[in-house]
Amino acid sequence: MSNSGSLGLLARRYQTIVFALLQRGALRDRKVIFPMTSSPRRPFLLEFEKPLVELQTRINQIEELAEESEVDVTPQLEQLETRYSQLRQEIFTNLSPAQRIQVARHPKRPSTLDYIQTISDEWIELHGDRGGSDDLALIGGIARIGDQSCVMLGHQKGRDTKDNVARNFGMASPGGYRKAMRLMEHANRFNMPIFTFIDTPGAYPGVKGEELGQGEAIAYNLREMFSLEVPIICTVIGEGGSGGALGIGVGDRLMMFEHSVYTVASPEACAAILWKDAGKASQAAEALKITAPDLKRLGILDQILPEPTGGAHTDPLATAETLKNALLSNLEALRQLTTQELRDQRYQKFRSIGVFLES
Amino acid sequence: MSLFDWFANRRKAEPTQQVQPERDISDGLWTKCDSCGVLTYTKDLRANQMVCLECNHHLRIFSDQRIEQLIDAGTWQPLNDDVRPTDPLEFRDRRVYKDYLKATQSKTGLTDSVRTGLGNIEGEPVALGVMDFRFMGGSMGSVVGERLTRLIERATAERLPVFIACASGGARMQEGMLSLMQMAKISGALERHRAQRLLYVPVLTHPTTGGVTASFAMLGDLIIAEPNAMIAFAGRRVIEQTLREKLPDDFQTAEYLVQHGFVDAIVPRTQMKKTLAQLVRLHRLPASVGNQGATSGAPIPNGAAINGMLNGNGFVPESSQHHEVSGARPGLEDAEISTQLPR
Ligand SMILES: [Zn+2]
Repeated sequence: MSNSGSLGLLARRYQTIVFALLQRGALRDRKVIFPMTSSPRRPFLLEFEKPLVELQTRINQIEELAEESEVDVTPQLEQLETRYSQLRQEIFTNLSPAQRIQVARHPKRPSTLDYIQTISDEWIELHGDRGGSDDLALIGGIARIGDQSCVMLGHQKGRDTKDNVARNFGMASPGGYRKAMRLMEHANRFNMPIFTFIDTPGAYPGVKGEELGQGEAIAYNLREMFSLEVPIICTVIGEGGSGGALGIGVGDRLMMFEHSVYTVASPEACAAILWKDAGKASQAAEALKITAPDLKRLGILDQILPEPTGGAHTDPLATAETLKNALLSNLEALRQLTTQELRDQRYQKFRSIGVFLES
Repeated sequence: MSLFDWFANRRKAEPTQQVQPERDISDGLWTKCDSCGVLTYTKDLRANQMVCLECNHHLRIFSDQRIEQLIDAGTWQPLNDDVRPTDPLEFRDRRVYKDYLKATQSKTGLTDSVRTGLGNIEGEPVALGVMDFRFMGGSMGSVVGERLTRLIERATAERLPVFIACASGGARMQEGMLSLMQMAKISGALERHRAQRLLYVPVLTHPTTGGVTASFAMLGDLIIAEPNAMIAFAGRRVIEQTLREKLPDDFQTAEYLVQHGFVDAIVPRTQMKKTLAQLVRLHRLPASVGNQGATSGAPIPNGAAINGMLNGNGFVPESSQHHEVSGARPGLEDAEISTQLPR
């Protein structure tokens, strides 16, 4: 595939960016892991992508054959490659909710830090809830895009097993929500807009979390985010799991990537409770209406951000560009409002969510 | 959060003794305590607000009894009963949500899992929401969100304190993300209420869990709980599965939350009304304390203005209103009918 060349290029572009950032010192004390730097050609194919593997194998065979025999196979190759992209297009435009979850949870899907480091010109990560903890599952800091300073924060999943353990698979603890609130209050004080990135299976369920008030930490954020006087734009970049997602999800705009999902309860749990059968998760995923188009229809979501065919991980730089443009244009619109208008609109946005009868 | 299942933590309900085994409880004349197993004459139990006379266990009560226990007779004015649930997702699991709603409504006589209204507590006008566990485990969907939000907005406009008796298994999954968003909606209304320096106190009853715990149950200026109520964010079973270890018996009880600083006080049901009334009175500081410097920006009406407002709404009989609001408390005539809490 002609893709292999551009993948190499992509990796090099990433390295250049990382190098530039490292030189600026912005990333000095952090392990930087970008999704595309060391990936094989088609890593982590999902179950429903398997038909593509076959085609890819045939393409490879023909390429090899051509090298050995110097036969001109260009027409055949072109045909197969067209077929390949058609098939991929077909697969990805008809994803079931359960399949979207797989894309949203893809191990190579760009994470909060990937996006932050790609879209910002400067970035300093800040730590701690000032109450005794620093949660690595919910990270944040101050960034600059162009001449705009802002606070960015979001759930952070790990990039490998060890990292995932340290970050609790993106399941934040009370300390994470309190750190997020501290950073948002900081943004409020210095008139910086807030960009939050949602990517969590849910808040961490554990003894420690209960002891430290997981419910209280989330609840407090829900209320206080209504009081902030700066623009808040929330984006579901991967999976939005329940209250753990909403805990940084109250804003003036809610955006979602095309294949992201946002759920009231994980389909697995929902199936176990309502169907009494955890195996019915894909049915639950369907019934719960968790995809971006569904949530747009329900009046919950403001904007769907398109992903490259094959998902965000197949072209993270382009995806990051989409995100950056959407953040900036929404921010521009929100900047036109007075503080009072901003807060009133935020309130009305949530006030109007809900479907009921009234006689 | 909705992973919660309260069944896992249901009290160790096995009767320890069978005191009056020959009595039949099916006619409702006798009620068996689900903690100690003792049979009590239902009339006596009711007179004690369904608190076991033997072991002090708080038997589960529902919204009608709760309202009766808290609100002065004849002052309850229900609000928004005509806001009713529908089926926005056309949800179907093993049954059809729409049918399930209908069946639950006719079984319980309720339209959804919260009732809201205005009324008096020992003569103090308040806004009260009461969740009802009978209705789909007190789960929170669009109607709970809408009724509570309207209640809070009304209370903010009329400068009334808000109490919400919580009892819930969490968000109602059958309404999907609409349910989750109700957490934010209610919290937003509470933010506005708070910005006006008005009082909000949730009363946590067994069980308060999931999305309710992660929103309005934990947002009180003060938080009150009934003894031994289970209060949790994540369900006990989920945590046990995650950790693969046995949890302590008192885990997620009201007492446990007090120990860890998340509940202000445990109040027995028999003292609840008195305590809530006391809180309302304590938060009406005399003007001499110097609270004119309120920064909320909104004018804080004095007692007379409140009185006028009540008249305008006409929900309290004029005679009782005169007695309760204007004249009864010497020294408080100039009091601001508002709350004064540090922000
Ligand atoms: Zn008893």
